[in-house]
Amino acid sequence: MQPLEPLQQFLPQVWFFILGLFLFLYVLLDGFDLGVGILSLTAKSEERRSILMTSLGNVWDANETWLILMGGSLFGAFPLAYATILNALYLPAVIMVVGLILRAVSFEFRENAERKLIWNITFGVGSFLAALGQGFALGSVFEGITVDAQGHFAGSMWDWLTWRSIIVALTLVQGYVLIGSTYLILKTSGELQNTHYKTAAIATWTTLAGAIFITVTTPAFSEQARSQLFTAPLVYVFAAIPILGLGLIFLLLRSLYRREEQTPIIWTFLVFSLSFIGLGFIIFPNIIPPSITIYQAAAAPSSLVFMLTFIGFLIPVVLFYNIYNYLVFRGKIVTD
Amino acid sequence: MQDFLSNTVALSRLQFALTAIFHMLWPVLTTGMGIYLVIIEGLWLKTRNIDYYHHARFWAKLYVLNFGIGVATGLPMAFQFGLNWAPFSESVGDFFGTVLGFEGTMAFMLEASFLGIMLFGWERVPPIIHYIATILVAFGANLSTFWILSANSWLQTPAGGIFVDGKFVVQDYFAAIANPFMVNSFLHMFFATFETSLFVIGGISAWCILTGRQPQFFAQSLKVILAVAIAVAPMQIFIGHLSAEQVSVHQPAKLAAMEALWENVPANTPAPWSVVALPNDKAEKNDWEFSIPGALSYILELKPRLDQPIQGLKEWEPRDRPHMVGLIYYSFRIMVAIGLFFAALMAVTTLQWLRGKLQVDQITQQRWLLRAWVFAAPLGYLAVETGWIVRCVGRQPWIVYGELRTVESASNLPPGEVLFSLVGLSTMYIVFLFTTLYFGSRIVRNGPDLTLPAPRNTEIAFLGSNISHELNRRPADIKE
Repeated sequence: MQPLEPLQQFLPQVWFFILGLFLFLYVLLDGFDLGVGILSLTAKSEERRSILMTSLGNVWDANETWLILMGGSLFGAFPLAYATILNALYLPAVIMVVGLILRAVSFEFRENAERKLIWNITFGVGSFLAALGQGFALGSVFEGITVDAQGHFAGSMWDWLTWRSIIVALTLVQGYVLIGSTYLILKTSGELQNTHYKTAAIATWTTLAGAIFITVTTPAFSEQARSQLFTAPLVYVFAAIPILGLGLIFLLLRSLYRREEQTPIIWTFLVFSLSFIGLGFIIFPNIIPPSITIYQAAAAPSSLVFMLTFIGFLIPVVLFYNIYNYLVFRGKIVTD
Repeated sequence: MQDFLSNTVALSRLQFALTAIFHMLWPVLTTGMGIYLVIIEGLWLKTRNIDYYHHARFWAKLYVLNFGIGVATGLPMAFQFGLNWAPFSESVGDFFGTVLGFEGTMAFMLEASFLGIMLFGWERVPPIIHYIATILVAFGANLSTFWILSANSWLQTPAGGIFVDGKFVVQDYFAAIANPFMVNSFLHMFFATFETSLFVIGGISAWCILTGRQPQFFAQSLKVILAVAIAVAPMQIFIGHLSAEQVSVHQPAKLAAMEALWENVPANTPAPWSVVALPNDKAEKNDWEFSIPGALSYILELKPRLDQPIQGLKEWEPRDRPHMVGLIYYSFRIMVAIGLFFAALMAVTTLQWLRGKLQVDQITQQRWLLRAWVFAAPLGYLAVETGWIVRCVGRQPWIVYGELRTVESASNLPPGEVLFSLVGLSTMYIVFLFTTLYFGSRIVRNGPDLTLPAPRNTEIAFLGSNISHELNRRPADIKE
């Protein structure tokens, strides 16, 4: 065991980072996708709903696939975490899956349907359910998952549902609405764009309120977060994140006020990145908060090396062709 | 019933079976049709015959409808191992999870990303890039088949490591990936998806010819299909036979269930092949049976008398052998019958083609032949599903053959929770099935848009032009 020590530390850390990257890309990309879906529930006319769905037509498949990548890689790299987390979050995961299925089929059915309204509703509701399910999962990360000594789930069916997890879930919904609005600012023009300057501003404030609430209550309720937060040198990181966050929110609001088209989505991405980094610091080195570490849950080192060899070199390739896809379909949706 | 509803393992199994069976319906078509789209686009680029372009556009509509549902119904599959089969996931995750991770990164992402360009990119990228996108979509789908079949074959014939205290420790990844069943199983499934799609496309074409919907146009697709399927249909029978031989070596209990064979057949005796039977699991015999004497020995070894004995189901303790023998027995027969029917239909159609009966002016006369094609259209699905039932129900009571039992692998969830997801998913799936059939038939009825002009692709740079999306029109539909 001894000679493997550095490797046994390093490999799970690399995989923690890779999974973090997959999750991050999923949250950003499917984030705006889901956000546009939720916003479509408020769109008044058929024409507007059409524009909203057209804006996602060629990207939603790939965006959703990041979640599948994340699921498969988590299974391979941290089998214990994959099993325990999904076991604990059975109901939120099912809600998410049902939501994602509903919205995915809506794209294809709506395209062929004459009465499109029903598929607009399933699209919006599906997006909302998916975001909510993910929000509850995020909530459990803050709350922690009850496990026994082997790391198996030992809690009960409704553990994930608390008043705090409800607020976390609603905040995530707001965050997705924000990112969706800034995406629509980029892709649309005229009246519709105006509407989304407004929704973006509202969502910025509600997301901020939620974020402040979570920042304040997390150390108050979570032992692990407290111990992570208030030990040097991490305390400086955690002091810097809220300050930088507020700065970015200011820049975001300013860009919305100035009616800039491309910067709001960039500031929003940065806000999300910052929250994500903060989240990473709170969780690390655990993978099943509050007690199972990445080292306990990791697959055998040989397994991690084998996966890394193949998946590692594919990550740049995958990123390259995803970016290519966005470049090919750049430009606004016109409505004449 | 009460027992069943409060049995988490049974509910989890049913949920997995239903979601897998339902999910299978969509990728089966898209993986095979992807190859067809590559062929048809290649013909368009080579001949510049606008009809081929219209074919590419028309069949892509059906393709994307199926693809969307396939992605949607595939999502529960990615999470179900953890949700309902946590002990299994933990035990074999080192290998099984790795393979699923590979599938996502190598195959799904490729397919999903290039799908956008394939569908909407006709006027946004140069023709060669578009063709590469089409090829990559088809390649991604079939790579996916490869990884899934490698993972499933490993469950059938685990290799490349050992089980220590119920946890699989991998010693050689390549040996695990290339486990004994892998090659034949992959080829069998590859040809199954391809054959199913060919007969779906052929069946739809035949229906359109029969009902007078642009017979000239659909005669073209029927011929392209025929040219490819001539090789595929007999090949599939051959690979299927090799697969069955492998089952007899590696999983004799499954073979016994496939044949509803309860008693041993010793070496140097002829083995009868059962055609119809009424297997009775409790009495450990067939209540009624009609069989052809000596036929099984010919099927397995091409000899009147067996060299190797065949074990009957009673050779194993009831807890160590598959149950639901009737299901396995009939599923196997349905699959084989469909495979043979496809090959026969292929032979007859080829004969008529050689006799010149498939010329544009004569093809509408071939009413019975065309009806047989329409009848064949849904059969591929049935063959695939029954084949998987044989494969996975026949593997029971093991989840990893001979190593890990299914009953020990289910998550300890409250039955109500599983029932909730089971009912929710099945309700949704039933609605989707009918909706997709409805919209699919509408696409077919509306037929191809033969007025669609060829894509304008002068002066398109590698990164596409900066034109705008147009509302309610897929970007490629833009006209002057």
